[in-house]
Amino acid sequence: MTALPMDFDLAIERFDPVFGIETHVELNTRTKLLCPCPTTFGAPPNTQTCPACLGLPGAMPVLNAAAVESAIRLGLALGSRIPSVSPFARKHYFYPDLAKDYQITQNVNPICIGGHLDVELDDGEVVRVEIDHAHMEEDAAKNTHIGGTAGRIHGADYTLVDYNRSGMPLIEIVTCPVEGTGARVAEVARAYVAALRELVLALDISDARMEQGSMRADVNLSLREKVAVDQDKVPYGKRSETKNVNSLRAIERAARSEVCRQAGLLAAGEPVVQETRHWHEDIDATTPGRSKEHAEDYRYFPEPDLVPIVPDPAWIEELRRGLPELPAARRRRLAREWGLSDREIRDAVNAGALELIDATVKAGATAAAARKWWMGELARVANERGVGLEELAITANDVAELAALVADGQLTDKLARQALAGTLAGEGSPAAVAAARGLAVVSDDSALLAAIDEALVAMPDVAEKVRGGKVQAIGAIVGAVMKATRGQADAAKVRELIASRLGV
Amino acid sequence: MSLTRLTAVEQADLLARKQVSSEELTQAHLDRIDEVDSHVHAFLAVSPDQALAEARSVDHDRATNQDLPPLAGVPIAVKDLLATKGIPTTAGSKILEGWIPVFDATVVRKVKQARMPILGKTNLDEFAMGSSTEFSAFGPTHNPWDLTRIPGGSGGGSAAAVAAFEAPLALGSDTGGSIRQPAAVTGTVGAKPTYGGVSRQGGVALASSLDQVGPAARTVLDAAYLHEAIAGWDPKDSTSLNEPPPAIVHAAKLGAQGDLTGMRIGVVTQLKGEGYEPGVLQRFEEALETLRGLGASIEEVDCPSFDYSFAAYCLIMASEASSNVARFEGIRHGLRVGEDEPGATAMTMMSATRAAGFGPEVKRRVILGTYALSAGYYDAYYGSAQKVRTLIQRDFAAAWEQTDALVTPATPFTAFPLGEKVENPLAMYLCDLATIPSNLAGIPGMSLPSGLVDGLPAGIQVLAPVRRDEVMYRVAAALEAALTAQWGSPLWANAPDILRQSGKEDAR
Amino acid sequence: MSDITREEVARLADLAKIALTSAELDRLAGQLDAIVDAVAVVSGAVDESIPATSHPIELTNVMREDIPEPCLTNEESLAAAPAAEDGFFRVPRLMGETP
Repeated sequence: MTALPMDFDLAIERFDPVFGIETHVELNTRTKLLCPCPTTFGAPPNTQTCPACLGLPGAMPVLNAAAVESAIRLGLALGSRIPSVSPFARKHYFYPDLAKDYQITQNVNPICIGGHLDVELDDGEVVRVEIDHAHMEEDAAKNTHIGGTAGRIHGADYTLVDYNRSGMPLIEIVTCPVEGTGARVAEVARAYVAALRELVLALDISDARMEQGSMRADVNLSLREKVAVDQDKVPYGKRSETKNVNSLRAIERAARSEVCRQAGLLAAGEPVVQETRHWHEDIDATTPGRSKEHAEDYRYFPEPDLVPIVPDPAWIEELRRGLPELPAARRRRLAREWGLSDREIRDAVNAGALELIDATVKAGATAAAARKWWMGELARVANERGVGLEELAITANDVAELAALVADGQLTDKLARQALAGTLAGEGSPAAVAAARGLAVVSDDSALLAAIDEALVAMPDVAEKVRGGKVQAIGAIVGAVMKATRGQADAAKVRELIASRLGV
Repeated sequence: MSLTRLTAVEQADLLARKQVSSEELTQAHLDRIDEVDSHVHAFLAVSPDQALAEARSVDHDRATNQDLPPLAGVPIAVKDLLATKGIPTTAGSKILEGWIPVFDATVVRKVKQARMPILGKTNLDEFAMGSSTEFSAFGPTHNPWDLTRIPGGSGGGSAAAVAAFEAPLALGSDTGGSIRQPAAVTGTVGAKPTYGGVSRQGGVALASSLDQVGPAARTVLDAAYLHEAIAGWDPKDSTSLNEPPPAIVHAAKLGAQGDLTGMRIGVVTQLKGEGYEPGVLQRFEEALETLRGLGASIEEVDCPSFDYSFAAYCLIMASEASSNVARFEGIRHGLRVGEDEPGATAMTMMSATRAAGFGPEVKRRVILGTYALSAGYYDAYYGSAQKVRTLIQRDFAAAWEQTDALVTPATPFTAFPLGEKVENPLAMYLCDLATIPSNLAGIPGMSLPSGLVDGLPAGIQVLAPVRRDEVMYRVAAALEAALTAQWGSPLWANAPDILRQSGKEDAR
Repeated sequence: MSDITREEVARLADLAKIALTSAELDRLAGQLDAIVDAVAVVSGAVDESIPATSHPIELTNVMREDIPEPCLTNEESLAAAPAAEDGFFRVPRLMGETP
């Protein structure tokens, strides 16, 4: 296979991409799905293990009710149908990370059937992604490949297995194929995962940390020939399934990369192989994994060691009533309450600032002030440092305090920025920084008037111009006064006092 | 009379009256094992130190007049399919040789709570796949009635241990007859409880939807005591019944009074004709007469779908078995082979380990099960078998409309010579013809001696509705009492002497 | 009638991860053919209208509360492992040399 990847725009001109995403979300229950081992992240290897999750002979699974509840709540939030009978099944394949060499999962009547997620893109366009189903399953153990190229399966000398992750509770959300996204395919894929993550966090069923693997997305993507009419009647091409995509940015890049790779193959008359591929951040490309050419034969059958879930309708209703406000509705409400436009709210969401603004408002700031600081100065600093807003060493309470100091006239914007810099540098809350650095608006009129008189004496010609009607010239005097007061005066107030001194 | 020839209830009685200590009783059984097990080979492992320690502990508690459970101090043997903490558990397979579990099966824990010294682990067909114990990786068990014949299987070790007076009681597991068929061919008693009545946790699984742990004993009352000791809900087994177990011991005692007046007993047309040895059928007919004599009415019931039970059983059992033994691949426990071959990978190691560690019957069933579950065949085989299961349940439901219990010959034939069916899997599977339907339906069933055929024991099976194990015990105890009275002694009391048999063998 | 060929047994053995010998393939093909012939009657005994029974006793909603219980120690977890290293189970490499 020698074909070079095609340029993305050219690829989209010739081909119509279709994608689907399978997202594994690790539930934040205290114990595993089928045994009472704890789920704490980062424990020493093979210490959160028991006969069941080690697959020892004779051990049996027992279902965690909290995991079922989380799965049903997600289904209700997605508008899925919760079937009246939802059984478990065994899926068979041999792999060292699979303690029983079958995985307990669901294949018929999974816990959530159908549903959809409305995904809002950066420009406000909403794309509805249909959900095929979501099912519960146990996670596999973690393999660490030793020797060869660090961490790569190919060329490794041997593999070490840690079963702490074996049996962790997962829900896998599977979309229907998403068609018609064209050049926005990668953006939609990313926005879908972002929206799902936001939903999962709002439901508080997972910590959804992609970098830790508690939310993992597999991107299925295929290309088909682009035609003038009836595009939806063209059969899908062979698809690749890209695993290991562990950030939102990587979703977008992996989707783009696959479009380019597959287009390159197709244009060169080479076949796209139906296979699992792995995303590599470092080389910005996917590499092949297991081939799925020999369609795998998982030999599913109903899990005899577990009995079906038959959710009581009253329970489902109770869970429905207990759902939190969902992200889309919440955004609409906040826009209304804060008097912001859709665009402004979306920008805040995209900047990861919505929660921070909300918390700042809850801490007493006005929405305008909270938004101004988070989307302005703080966003600038975060961007400069290449970190997320939430990673800055400042809390919503700090920002609210700062906003209050400004609102009370104790700090000017310029002084406030200095206080903020102090807080970010770890010098304490904005009020503490202002006190320590002696940042305060000079509001004592006599002190100001003295400085103004000095300036008028020093700049008689300018004073004359102002008196003669060239009011804009007043800026030079204001500047001199501000300089003399080392910026601690309120410029508007200085301007006002000069004007009255000169009788204009 | 030797202590070992007493029933478990008699032994418990002597212990309670402090006429014998548990240490003496346990030692007597260990001595008997020493004496005969080289000929019988019922045990894969004997644990004298643990057994005697527990016996002395019980003796101590009894001496200080502490409250003790009914079977406290009575020793027991445990089928080597059940995990025993600190005692090797092999499931009869080379692939598990040397595995020392870090946990007890729930039934083993219950036996310990019942304060019963565990004598050791009994032989079985590998992973309980077989009807003769000839598929044990560690050599066959011999039938105490005739050492040249099979003791039944898979629980031939447990049944032979009880029949040879090496243990008064034993634990078994029954997937298609693995407790009942060995009981029948060794002249002992074996019961498969209602599915879910006894925890399966810690039993190496053969076919999870069919497996059930149960008692092996020489008398119905002994079995009842053990059954009651191990019964009950287990939160670690999701299929176990969260409800009070039936009053089995009470029912067995009631039955032994010999009155079955008003009891409607059904005979299944499909389980007494073709394929059954005439002698076995004759003992069965005589037992029916005895039941009539006890006041029961006998009527024939038709269960047409039973004709498909053997086929459905084979498919379900093999499918689930292929899945359950997948975990034996050389990574977390047991044997590992082929890791140092040039070019070896985890995958080649697993294939080599399973090739070396599994015997012929396991390979056969795994391949059959893999076939039945594989894409394109599932609906025709596994799916259809599950539907047949529904039909069998319906047939039983209809039978319970007319009857309180059913009786059948427990096995189609008496013990056959070792080696006769090893190369003929289909013939071997037919051993379980009469016992299979109850596993498919989850109902309780037990076998007790119906008499001798040409000097070899035959068994009669009693079946009862789901959750009604006590009905089965009542009928069985009544029949046992009446037959014992007819014979003048229990059947097992007349088994030929093992040492003399082996002497004859040696002379030959 | 079934047709369990030697090749079919080889495919199944690969799925089931058992390295069968040539002699075993031959013997099993014959035996399985006979067994499948005998059990294939099930498909003729049932139809669409009959529901499947996967569990002999119908139970539902057996669940436990989300309360952690003590685990095995690392030593206990690895006690039966054929090979271990640094607290992990050790297995041969998963793939052969890079193709």
